[in-house]
Amino acid sequence: MRTIVFGVPEWSGHRAGQHLDIRLTAEDGYRAEREYSIASAPGERVAITVERLDNGEVSPYLTEELRQGDEIELRGPIGGYFVWDPEDESPLLLVAGGSGIVPLRAMVRHRRGSGSEVPVRLLYSSRTLADVIYRAELDEPADGVEVVYTLTREQPTGWSGYARRVDEELLGEVAWPAEEGALAFVCGPTSFVETVASGLVELGYPPPRVKTERFGATGR
Amino acid sequence: MEALDGNAIGGLLHEVFGVEMTTAKGVCASCGAAGQVAELVVYLQAPGTVARCRSCSSILMVIVEVRGTTCVDLRGLAALDLASGAGLTR
Repeated sequence: MRTIVFGVPEWSGHRAGQHLDIRLTAEDGYRAEREYSIASAPGERVAITVERLDNGEVSPYLTEELRQGDEIELRGPIGGYFVWDPEDESPLLLVAGGSGIVPLRAMVRHRRGSGSEVPVRLLYSSRTLADVIYRAELDEPADGVEVVYTLTREQPTGWSGYARRVDEELLGEVAWPAEEGALAFVCGPTSFVETVASGLVELGYPPPRVKTERFGATGR
Repeated sequence: MEALDGNAIGGLLHEVFGVEMTTAKGVCASCGAAGQVAELVVYLQAPGTVARCRSCSSILMVIVEVRGTTCVDLRGLAALDLASGAGLTR
């Protein structure tokens, strides 16, 4: 896992939750392109967090070969659906599976940077504690931000947090009650997102208030 | 192959249409369901990129690149309305 910060000339600025595309071109002209969520808040330098996939075309280069000062081709910002703006004053429910935390981290940072005081609950499902990304940052959340972990595969000795997969029952314990009118953002692998989104709708969240983003092994 | 959603083709669609498209509203020509492009079911290598209706699974968009030319088939859509109000209607 590596977080990379880019200096982008003429960057138009981005919103929390948007992506960018990275395009690599080999000497023979072969091109590979991947979308990555932007990990930094609007106003911060553009950053992405990349997980190395052993059989990946792009991630091994980004995590192992890219050096400070190298130039790279990127395009963005992209997307307008999975985006949070501080003008929305509803409580925020953020639900992440694995590296689905990346765009949600940008939202949490944006909340702090913009001075927003909307209450936030972040539920983050990881396999093990070592898989938790941005742990130091998430362990010291700003006032009004609650971070709840669930570790689905392995828990350290004495772990007092959740230790099971996210389902409707767990959401019922962690999510804002539907009558609070919360806005939810759910990001993770497809099956995770489907489970969480349908669970929230069962709990009474209106579907338009549940924003979803799915990614696969070839994604970010 | 695993299904993603329309967020995954935001960059591709921007290249094709020249504007942000994940918030555009598509109407399925088969079942009439309307929804934002971000919510469609998307397969990235089907081969080519295929977007299906989340309600009835009909194919709404197919985008294929052949020798540097991008071919876009929107026959499954009854309408595609951009967030700005401009739109494409059949």
